[in-house]
Amino acid sequence: MNAPMLFLPLIPLLPLIGFAVNGLLGSRLPKAVVSTIALVFPLASFGLVAHAAWLVRLGLALPVIEENAPTWIVAGALHFSFALALDQLTLVMLLVITGVGFLIHLYSVGYMSHEDGYWRYFAYLNLFLFFMTVLVLAGNFLLMFVGWEGVGLASYLLIGFYYERKSAGDAGRKAFVVNRIGDFGFLVGMFLLLGQFGTLSFGEIGANLAAHPALEGGVLTAIALCLVVGATGKSAQIPLYIWLPDAMEGPTPVSALIHAATMVTAGVYMIARTHAIFDRSPVALMVVAGIGAATAFFAATVGLVQTDIKRVLAYSTISQLGYMFLGCGVAAYSAAVFHLMTHAFFKALLFLAAGSVIHGLGGEQDLRRMGGLRKQMPVTFWTMTAGVFAIAGFFPFAGFFSKDAILYAAFLQGTAGKAFWFVGLVTALLTSVYMFRLWYLAFFGESRAEDKHHPAHESPWIMLTPLVILALLSVGGGWIGIDRFAGFLAPVVGEGPAAQAGSAQLELGLSVVAVLVAALGWFVADRYYRRSPEKPAAVAASVPLLYSTLVHKYRIDELYDGAIVKPVLMVSRYVLGWVGEGVLVRGSAWVAAGVVSLTGEGLRRWQSGNLRSYAGWLAAGAAMVLLFVLAGILFGAHGVGFSMNWAGR
Amino acid sequence: MGMDGIIVSLILATPLVGAAVILLLPERGKLAAWAALFVSLLTFLLTLHLPAHFVPGQSGFQFEETAPWLANPLIRYHVGVDGLSLWLVVLVGLLAPVGVVASWHSVRERSKVFYALFLVQQTAMVGVFVSLDLMLYYGFWELSLIPMAILIAMYGRNQTEGGGAHAALRFFLYTFISSAPLLVALLWLYARVGSFDYAVLRGAIATGALPAGPLCWVSLAFLVAFAVKVPVLGAHGWLADTFAEAPVAMGMVVAGKLGLYSLIRFHVGLFPVQAREAAPWMIGLAAIGILYGALLALVQKDFWRLLAYGTLSSLSFCTLGIYGFTLTGLDGALLQTVNEGIVGGALFVMLGFLYERYGTSQIGQYGGVARKAPVLATLFVMTGLALAGLPLLNGFVGEFLVLSSTFTGVNKGWAVAATAGVILSAAYVLQLVQKVFLGEQSAMVAGQLSPPVSQQGFPSGARDLRGGEKLVLVALVALMVALGVAPNTWLEAMEPGLKAAASVANPLKTPAASPAMKAGANGMGGKR
Repeated sequence: MNAPMLFLPLIPLLPLIGFAVNGLLGSRLPKAVVSTIALVFPLASFGLVAHAAWLVRLGLALPVIEENAPTWIVAGALHFSFALALDQLTLVMLLVITGVGFLIHLYSVGYMSHEDGYWRYFAYLNLFLFFMTVLVLAGNFLLMFVGWEGVGLASYLLIGFYYERKSAGDAGRKAFVVNRIGDFGFLVGMFLLLGQFGTLSFGEIGANLAAHPALEGGVLTAIALCLVVGATGKSAQIPLYIWLPDAMEGPTPVSALIHAATMVTAGVYMIARTHAIFDRSPVALMVVAGIGAATAFFAATVGLVQTDIKRVLAYSTISQLGYMFLGCGVAAYSAAVFHLMTHAFFKALLFLAAGSVIHGLGGEQDLRRMGGLRKQMPVTFWTMTAGVFAIAGFFPFAGFFSKDAILYAAFLQGTAGKAFWFVGLVTALLTSVYMFRLWYLAFFGESRAEDKHHPAHESPWIMLTPLVILALLSVGGGWIGIDRFAGFLAPVVGEGPAAQAGSAQLELGLSVVAVLVAALGWFVADRYYRRSPEKPAAVAASVPLLYSTLVHKYRIDELYDGAIVKPVLMVSRYVLGWVGEGVLVRGSAWVAAGVVSLTGEGLRRWQSGNLRSYAGWLAAGAAMVLLFVLAGILFGAHGVGFSMNWAGR
Repeated sequence: MGMDGIIVSLILATPLVGAAVILLLPERGKLAAWAALFVSLLTFLLTLHLPAHFVPGQSGFQFEETAPWLANPLIRYHVGVDGLSLWLVVLVGLLAPVGVVASWHSVRERSKVFYALFLVQQTAMVGVFVSLDLMLYYGFWELSLIPMAILIAMYGRNQTEGGGAHAALRFFLYTFISSAPLLVALLWLYARVGSFDYAVLRGAIATGALPAGPLCWVSLAFLVAFAVKVPVLGAHGWLADTFAEAPVAMGMVVAGKLGLYSLIRFHVGLFPVQAREAAPWMIGLAAIGILYGALLALVQKDFWRLLAYGTLSSLSFCTLGIYGFTLTGLDGALLQTVNEGIVGGALFVMLGFLYERYGTSQIGQYGGVARKAPVLATLFVMTGLALAGLPLLNGFVGEFLVLSSTFTGVNKGWAVAATAGVILSAAYVLQLVQKVFLGEQSAMVAGQLSPPVSQQGFPSGARDLRGGEKLVLVALVALMVALGVAPNTWLEAMEPGLKAAASVANPLKTPAASPAMKAGANGMGGKR
């Protein structure tokens, strides 16, 4: 097919227009106009993406690479353009970003209706879609980095949306700075790539790697590890995950869109996108798998004891992203992206449902003051139930298919892979426990609200509609099956390991084990949080050290603060500030002052504040300039050698 | 073509004539300010003639003018513009009206003297960029220091120990003392070569006929004078006090471009051999300077000082790019010089607006300004992000070119160290944003405190930007976006002017490329 009309640049540019209009004029427009603008442009973007998907279904050959992309930077031998490219991986990402993105925009119209700065919120949200679509459409690393940092900016702005709250400002700043640590790795990775390949274009690097099959390890490992640093920042993995729980300071729909469904998956996308590099470095893959498994388990344990409904979901997101990393680390990229997609459905759903609960309770986020909402908020309850079953991995919900695909792929990877599989399985148990815990605490039993006079109310339909759609996707989104999904992505990320070895019986057996584990988790939660709600406190009291460690999230924030932040500030303030500036720099200034012995008399004159003395200085200065200009003449007149005759010597 | 032969002289003369006229005007109301605004806008329009008629691909100087001035010693009025100086001249033109607007409400006394000196300063700075005769250059160089020192002394904020006079003295000592050897070095060169002409001197030095020992000292005199003016780490002792004291219109132009331009043109350009020997030191100082400045910016309690250390950090990127001697790095360094002029200028202006309204630069007294001045807050955040190198804003392109070329072509270790600066810059910028603009309104911002003594009688308190202030800042921020999205418009004209400096071989440069890399280079160009 020749030059298909895909209008790729419009996919990011439309939300950018929405951002510009609302950002510049929004404060003067009525809310209805603001929300119309904010909805229309993302919807149009989604329309373009759906249109592209339809063409692909009709047989459009991928990848489509935008020809004649405008040039961005040309300097020396470097050349970077705004090249966009659409392939299967990008298409999946775009469908999720614009699709789920639009639903969350819609939900926000209801959720944010009472807020000041309504226009500002939607402007930022549109800005986010611009950068996120740039991130996945980029045809080279540098343009991807534009999206990469850009979504970080949108995230910063939205986390700090309630900017008068100090905690919100702190959280936004923390998110940006921690992400910058990751971006530092990304940048060094790009420098290494430039040194190795002389280009940052995905296509050219891929072709180059294909042309040199012997190239392995060494610098490729270094590149991959640098990229992993970037990915751990954006996707909130150990050791850079610390910003994500704090990011819950932002409005809940933001948590759903940016900090669950889309932005935080950018690291996973990046690894899948650059898998050709990772495939050449077993070390890097092992690191990715290790980080993923460790993060998945670690975050799930913290999720067990959190009392803020959004924090539970935040740790759950970190944990699920760990699964995706694990998938990438065992080279099951399509399984990882599959989980990315289903997770986008059910985690967006869970966050939005949590938002509905918070909205219905007038801002209450503490699970200990919820309860009994099943009857008061039936739609929220049932949709959230779909999400809980999906994330816990029950057949035939979406999460079952994708999580299984990852665990199965891990199991096939030798001894280390079996260990990863086991960690993943234990994590699945924990996931099931903390999700059903949340479910019981929020929706079952009696209401524990402090304010009994204002019973919870169900949310308006503009919020419930996205919930219902996402619930349907969380139920049915996995039925496409990993085989068809992997087959679709194979031209980009290659065949997964599952396709090479293994058997149907093994896969079925592992699935059964996984579902049994999920059921066990449900059973435990049922025992502890429905039938005998007093038990969890007793269990916690019996292991005080463990419990307090979990509640304080292993005290990692305190550790970083004490081991990194404080020392850096101390060194800056005392070593650089006092010794460097105070003694060395100032000292040298005083020595310089002493040389011309202007310190005494001169200083007092300068400080006299007398205009005449300033005028005197002015005159002196002017005289000096004159002197310089005339210097030659004076020298010349005396003939002290400053003549042309000397030139030859 | 008509104006091309005299345009540079026009740009030089207009502010000077304007300054003379202003001194003759009666001291009445805003008359001097209006006159200065008119003159600076006119000058700016004149500078725009240069890029409009500049031939991008052409090497060598354009808009050249030459006339004999003195026969013995031979000093010529020789001026011209190339890719290296083109945008810097325009930048000076652009920042002049911005400086006038920034001074509009803060300079209330002796405004005639202020604006006259301000305009003299414009001429001096343009003169530095266009002079192709080194004695002429030196005259402008010294001339650029004097109005600066006087204005700092007369219009200082008197908030540091010793006040404006002290800061002015320090500035004066640093820059005057360091440029005295420069004069001696120039005279030595003249004695040897018999000319102050840039091209002649360059040619004479390139032949290698001059004795190496003295030449080394001569180049060092050049280097020290410029390094102090930039300032390079270690020579920055004047910077923080000057920033704290200087009137906004002066502070925003005092650092950076004059020194950086001179490093490229007159240190690397004239003394490639000696510059190569200095390169490892300069690169080390630059990389450390990036971190040193940013770390100190992180712990400042006064926003002028914070800006000073941030500027030290951000200027160090330029030095790093210059002494890598790669074309890409020099592109990045020059672009970053322009960027710093715009971004640093805008930050200076905005902090000046805050200072004018609240009368303090103590960050701790601020808080929640965004609620009262949302436009200022938005523009400040965008400018801060440009400083922190956010892509699609101008700072990113310059930094990326400098860092990537340093990494691939010069030294990996220093490049990685310098890259860590992006973490720190985000940290100090966002910390400043949060403490000043976000959070609850502090007592001072909420207007519960009476205005400080120095500010009594000022229209202080709750005011967002006034019309003119908004206009100049929006223009600057728009320029940051334009430079970030379409940097080629600027880079294209710059590059031919940087080729000479890029031909210097760097001793730190990594040796020949690895076989894999060569193979990689051959295999490029394939589509997937």
